[in-house]
Amino acid sequence: MLDVTKIRKDFPILGRKINGKSLVYLDNAATSQKPVSVISAIKNYYEKSNSNIHRSIHTLSQEATESYEGARKKTAKHVNWEEEATIFTRNTTESLNLVMRAWGMKNIRKGDEIVLTEMEHHSNLVPWQFLAKSRGAQLKFLSVDAKTGKIKTDEFHNKITGKTKLVSVCHMSNVLGTINPVDEIANIAHENGAIFVLDAAQSVPHFPFNGKQHDFDFVAFSGHKMLGPMGIGVLLGKKDILEEMDPFLFGGDMIARVELEKTEYDTIPGKLEAGTPNVAGAAGLGAAVDYLNKIGMGNVKSHCDSLTKYALEKLSEINQLTLYGPKDTKMRGSVISFSLGDVHPHDLSTLLDRDGVAVRGGHHCAMPLTKVLGVTATTRASLYLYNTKEEIDQLALSLKKASEVFKLDR
Amino acid sequence: MTQKPSHDTGKGQGVNFQDPLYRENILDHYRHPRNFGRIENPTVTFHGDNPICGDEIDIALQLDKNKITDAKFIGRGCAISQASASMLMETLPGKTMEQASGISKDNIMEMLGVDVNATRLKCAILPLKVLEGALFLHKKENEHKLKKRNG
Repeated sequence: MLDVTKIRKDFPILGRKINGKSLVYLDNAATSQKPVSVISAIKNYYEKSNSNIHRSIHTLSQEATESYEGARKKTAKHVNWEEEATIFTRNTTESLNLVMRAWGMKNIRKGDEIVLTEMEHHSNLVPWQFLAKSRGAQLKFLSVDAKTGKIKTDEFHNKITGKTKLVSVCHMSNVLGTINPVDEIANIAHENGAIFVLDAAQSVPHFPFNGKQHDFDFVAFSGHKMLGPMGIGVLLGKKDILEEMDPFLFGGDMIARVELEKTEYDTIPGKLEAGTPNVAGAAGLGAAVDYLNKIGMGNVKSHCDSLTKYALEKLSEINQLTLYGPKDTKMRGSVISFSLGDVHPHDLSTLLDRDGVAVRGGHHCAMPLTKVLGVTATTRASLYLYNTKEEIDQLALSLKKASEVFKLDR
Repeated sequence: MTQKPSHDTGKGQGVNFQDPLYRENILDHYRHPRNFGRIENPTVTFHGDNPICGDEIDIALQLDKNKITDAKFIGRGCAISQASASMLMETLPGKTMEQASGISKDNIMEMLGVDVNATRLKCAILPLKVLEGALFLHKKENEHKLKKRNG
């Protein structure tokens, strides 16, 4: 059990008043809030060690390099992956674009197939559309059953075939909360000689993640959804694949030796991290990882699971409220999308905001999925380790008030 | 959290929560949009959307020379965008092209009669943007026709 009262004290923003009411922050799938330790790590870096890394010999540069590489070590350990195969990027989107540019452009050829699902975030869709168009490849999509919120498993073998070169799937849907059978899909991909990419933006922040217990070729996630700052993301890759890959960006800090006509690239991870990186962001992510480990990812998961169960019960009592995604809490994470009568999600968001309740309304960067669900947009409440049952009660109450404003019961 | 769990069921208890934005007239236009539908053989049509929330508006205008004789819209989206479209369409018939072009953001705000914050402003003025698009398109088409005739 988490001591949520104690945890909440570590997050200054949770003490804010919005429209005179206590903030109820339920937009964690968009970004999480940051504890004091993360904010201090960034501040400390700029106040005490700011300097460019990997270059100069002076003390500050050494300290900055230690901050950056220390954060890589912590992050790699957190997800049980090799340090040198843990690449820092800006965010999940950049991690996926890195794979698309540096692996995809080299390895995808005319007539190849790329398999995704209908529930992907635009960041795990748009890059592959570009790749397919550029290389003359085909995109195929595993369908989502609108009723259960799950991918149709009977399609796996039909759609992932010998023609498939890359399969990229989200671990957990940012709209439905669905946890996908990614090990099974990765196995089928590998049986067919394809590589498997995991969009772990929603899962790594919420569950224990042990990279060595799975067989994924690439794993992408962001720091900012796991208590870290914005502007730092991660790409995990299999070492041999990363070594074979072309660089993503070219320039400083990714070289071993440069002549006027040619360049010898650095080894990984340096080869894939051109230019001055986000050192303060890495330091912040390192502090976030420390914070999560202090709490324990198993505890984070069980807290979010029980809160999700409570929220699903509480919301299903509300008249004219439709819940999307799996009913079974074992198959879903703490992302809850719903609609309330004919109230548009943006109107609902405005009304909830009056009570300090922060939710997201819209298509959640997954427009094709909202189409599958047969809606134009949904409202989404997403939970994290600092949320409480009382906040869920406030959400439910504010939703009932919104029903009144829109006169849904008349 | 200091909020106590509430046992208020919040419905059917005669409580009518009023909201400064979602006033009676806005909800009325949202639920019963005026000038909603299609025009057979319209003079000009135009589509616009707001990708952030997925609001969509299609408008159709019937013009007799320089005068708008009919204006209709089809749309889906939030109450603010749909009510704004409904109110705007209602005022158009009888206006000249110039008069319609002169409708400003402030006029829309006056029609709605509410204060809209920056994030919702896009919803409120989407119908106006679509109208401006339609008027611009019509003007271009007219110029094109004139050129053809004269050339």
